[in-house]
Amino acid sequence: MSVKVSTTINGDKTEFVCEADESLLDALRNRVGLTGAKEGCGTGDCGACSIMLDGRLVCSCLVLGAEAEGRRIATIEGMAHGDKLHPLQNKFIEYAALQCGICTPGFLIAARDLLERKSNPTEEEIRFGLAGNLCRCTGYDKIVRAVQAAAKEMRGA
Amino acid sequence: MHYEAPDTTKAAVALLAKAKGSAYVLAGGSDLLVRMRGGYIEPDLVVDIKRIKAMREVRKSASCFTIGAAVSCAELGENAALKKAWPGVVEAANLIGSKQIQGRCTITGNLCNASPAADSVPAMVAAGAKAVIAGPKGKRTIPVGQVATAPGKTSLKKGELIEAILLPKRPPRSGDAYLRFIPRTEMDIAVVSAGVNLVLDSKCIVKDAHVALGAVAPTVVLVPDAAKAIIGTKLDGAALDKLGAACSAACRPIDDKRGTIEYRTKVAAVLAKRAAKIAYSRAGGK
Repeated sequence: MSVKVSTTINGDKTEFVCEADESLLDALRNRVGLTGAKEGCGTGDCGACSIMLDGRLVCSCLVLGAEAEGRRIATIEGMAHGDKLHPLQNKFIEYAALQCGICTPGFLIAARDLLERKSNPTEEEIRFGLAGNLCRCTGYDKIVRAVQAAAKEMRGA
Repeated sequence: MHYEAPDTTKAAVALLAKAKGSAYVLAGGSDLLVRMRGGYIEPDLVVDIKRIKAMREVRKSASCFTIGAAVSCAELGENAALKKAWPGVVEAANLIGSKQIQGRCTITGNLCNASPAADSVPAMVAAGAKAVIAGPKGKRTIPVGQVATAPGKTSLKKGELIEAILLPKRPPRSGDAYLRFIPRTEMDIAVVSAGVNLVLDSKCIVKDAHVALGAVAPTVVLVPDAAKAIIGTKLDGAALDKLGAACSAACRPIDDKRGTIEYRTKVAAVLAKRAAKIAYSRAGGK
């Protein structure tokens, strides 16, 4: 069974057709051409496929494409404004908070959600908040430092 | 596979009742989609209940909280009134998975997945929560503890689904708590867990108690002997030791990679004692 889906992605009205059992991650990558969200585990453990769905941080591998009908989706592709990177993106570069980069889109989406909910999180809160995102290259220290630095900048401190 | 997203419970029941082949309810999908993608199940029909308005709401009435089956655990954590009344149930719901999983997973799904290690279930069982089941023959309400019958199995009949979970109104001086043991700090499945729900009298003596354990038997177990051990006490050391002994005696765990029988049996007592102390303090006990 094919399903026709009308949805909003990064503010743009978008339509795609997907199979009923197809994940939103696969639909975004293979139907819409947005390949920023990655498939790591496909079981909701690694967070590489993190997106926002109606303002909620979710793993897009555990959402059906069909569920996106009428919803609002935000992906990593909508994070920078043209050439202007989000403070988190800048700090990830500055702090070298990535190596292979597969986990980075998920970390950025999750970190932005964290900072929108809490502008001045403690290190512990950052580590708990990002526990659903796995990085197998850097360890987590540089990522945590980058999030702290971005939080500071975003607070205007 | 067919995907349907009805906007009424009646329509959802009708779809499930008339389905030929395998039919599954989709709430948060954090268990269902993993099983689909892993090839463990191949549904002919998936009924998404998130378009049913009543299932997306938490309602507070004079007698209870009604938690719609499609309300995410993240939403429970953001509901101040629910958190105040049932902090143990909410903390249990908020221990499931990551922030990403929290945004999708539901306590109804956690219950229907029927894992012995489900985090929200011991807290709900201790709380005396009830499940409102809608089906082709109408509605029925059963204690949450009667939903799971074995690992992965429930007492729901064809065409039935859980519409909501009911949490009763709290008397004064009541409190609940949930603790689980995992070898890391987050994102893991309980090795052992304990939920405790207490009501105190005006002199801080335990008037009513419910103790439930997770991951120590094929289903979550309510331990009446553990409750009896602390009713009529101020949760002194001797009462807590009796509670712990009753909990260990109620364990029928398995050996697996997460823990041994001996370990689970011992830790069940430790966690139940600690959870009882937290519940006591939340109830205003001194």
